[in-house]
Amino acid sequence: MMSWLLVMPIAIPFATAVVVYLLRMSPSGRWVSLFGSVLSLVASVALLVAVLEHGVIAAQMSNWDAPFGITLVADYLGVVMVVITAITGLATAIYALGEIPERVEKLGYHALFQTLIAGVTGAFLTGDVFNLYVWFEVMLISSFGLLVLGGSREQLDAGIKYVALNLVSTLVFLSGIGMLYGVTGTLNMADLREAVANAENQGLITVIAMLFMVGFGVKAAVFPLFFWLPASYHTPSFAVSAVFAGLLTKVGVYALMRMFTLVFVGDVGFTHEILIWVSALTMLTGVLGAAAQTDFRKILSFHIISQIGYMTLGLALYTPLAIMGGVFYLVHHIIVKANLFLVSGVANKLAGHTDLNRIGGLYKSSPFLAALFVIPAFSLAGFPPLSGFWAKYLIVKASIELDNWIIAFVALFVGLLTIFSMTKIWGMAFWKPHPDGYDPTPDRAPDHVRVPMMIPIVGLAAMTIVIGFFPEPFVQFAEVAATQLLDPTQYVETVLGARPEALFEVQPDIQPDAAPGVRP
Amino acid sequence: MEALTALIIGLLVAGAVYLMLARNFMRFLFGLILLSNAANLTIFASGRMTLGAPALVPYGAEAPLGEVGNALPQALVLTAIVIGFGLLAFTLALAFEAYRRLRTMDSDKMRYAEPKEERE
Repeated sequence: MMSWLLVMPIAIPFATAVVVYLLRMSPSGRWVSLFGSVLSLVASVALLVAVLEHGVIAAQMSNWDAPFGITLVADYLGVVMVVITAITGLATAIYALGEIPERVEKLGYHALFQTLIAGVTGAFLTGDVFNLYVWFEVMLISSFGLLVLGGSREQLDAGIKYVALNLVSTLVFLSGIGMLYGVTGTLNMADLREAVANAENQGLITVIAMLFMVGFGVKAAVFPLFFWLPASYHTPSFAVSAVFAGLLTKVGVYALMRMFTLVFVGDVGFTHEILIWVSALTMLTGVLGAAAQTDFRKILSFHIISQIGYMTLGLALYTPLAIMGGVFYLVHHIIVKANLFLVSGVANKLAGHTDLNRIGGLYKSSPFLAALFVIPAFSLAGFPPLSGFWAKYLIVKASIELDNWIIAFVALFVGLLTIFSMTKIWGMAFWKPHPDGYDPTPDRAPDHVRVPMMIPIVGLAAMTIVIGFFPEPFVQFAEVAATQLLDPTQYVETVLGARPEALFEVQPDIQPDAAPGVRP
Repeated sequence: MEALTALIIGLLVAGAVYLMLARNFMRFLFGLILLSNAANLTIFASGRMTLGAPALVPYGAEAPLGEVGNALPQALVLTAIVIGFGLLAFTLALAFEAYRRLRTMDSDKMRYAEPKEERE
């Protein structure tokens, strides 16, 4: 039972990918893809319910006991990422009904999209470092395909840079895994915690930790490793860039959070101190880069970078409050950022371009879209009572509690500059009249295109508002997630199967051959 | 043997870095292939070197007798090779398509997705 719960969120997108690839020439493919995304969401929510009930749950694949086999684990952080992945996946699957042209569908868009979701979900659920590498690759190869699908010159150019830098980071990560195995003799994350702590050569462990930090840092797009992101995220279709913006960099952040709370905690004064300054510079360079841009999606791309800084800062400060803030930020950011990219797609459909100098008039002719832009945009900047306010509040409070005033100042200052960029988009795309002299009214996009594009935007905006007005359950959830990250005893014991009392708790409703962590 | 392997890995990385610093994307790709092999060798070496002792279980026994080579890094390397091959094949195809459409392999001249150096 438990292993099925853990496998389904990964297996469903893969199965869907196979079916929609076979159906790529038929118009029914997109509906199958949508159905698969709904099923994924159901499976993820089922997993969430199980985690809320039992705490950390784990399953050994093929019944190879940990640490020898591959373990799938879901703790609070992992499961919330899985759910949010499924939500983003469903939102973009609906959006794609309106946006993705048939020509691109026939190239296999939906299959690549589903494997991307499977790869991301797998990365969130795995409890094995080498398996994490494999999921990264599944995610990467699908993202490569999605990025260049359509084959315009901009996309190929962006693809070259994206592929080149991401492959280098993968190899750094892979070498890190090799050395980590050489030092500790294990690859299971829970097992690694003790093995790394007991390793004789702690200097070498720190070197390996830095290899992991660089490898994940490129994926997460932190300073100074982010150059692939603004070079590529504005080129693919809007549904693709929304899913990239929402999920891909966050996998890097998640991996950093996982490895630097579970495994590499021996030299926190060194590794996490580096992360603090990296985060501060990431926030600053991202937001300053955005200030210099005049393209809707390029501004948003640079803002991904600056927001990544807040999340890694939550990890770097390494207090319960800070990590809680980081987790909360992660969830809030995925919703908001994906939504902003979706809005930019609608703006492009109505006003004809994403260059802010060439569009305008959206407020007058499409006030509903304008309202839907304001919600995520102000949430991103941290306006109360939207979700971004609470996320920023937690991070800033954590840095003040540590008397780290410079960091607190940077975090607040970056929020201010974020408002600057958002008002720039607002002023140029929404307020000023359209330079070509026409009104970008909603009916410039036919209903069958516009309606599926608007549904996910409304849904995600509603989620932002709900988190903003009722932050209590989400904050509590993040608090438990942070507690589990800072004290991973339960995680380790569940994975390695040394928790007999928990076993008896869950025994009645599980198959004996699929029991989590049962040791023969 | 360890020293020799370490030396080879070092040479591969040095060659890879040299190639990857070139502007020509094909040279970068060749560098990437060398780097990928260096990473694979690192994993292989991290499993410790054992000479002439394959991890085979003799007939009738339940576990290998005596010291045998570590089979796990070999499985990891195999996975990494397969994945690396797929990714590099994709990159090669991408490079070819980029050359066909952009008519250049010089990464400095690939400025379609980003603003050109000189502002118009």
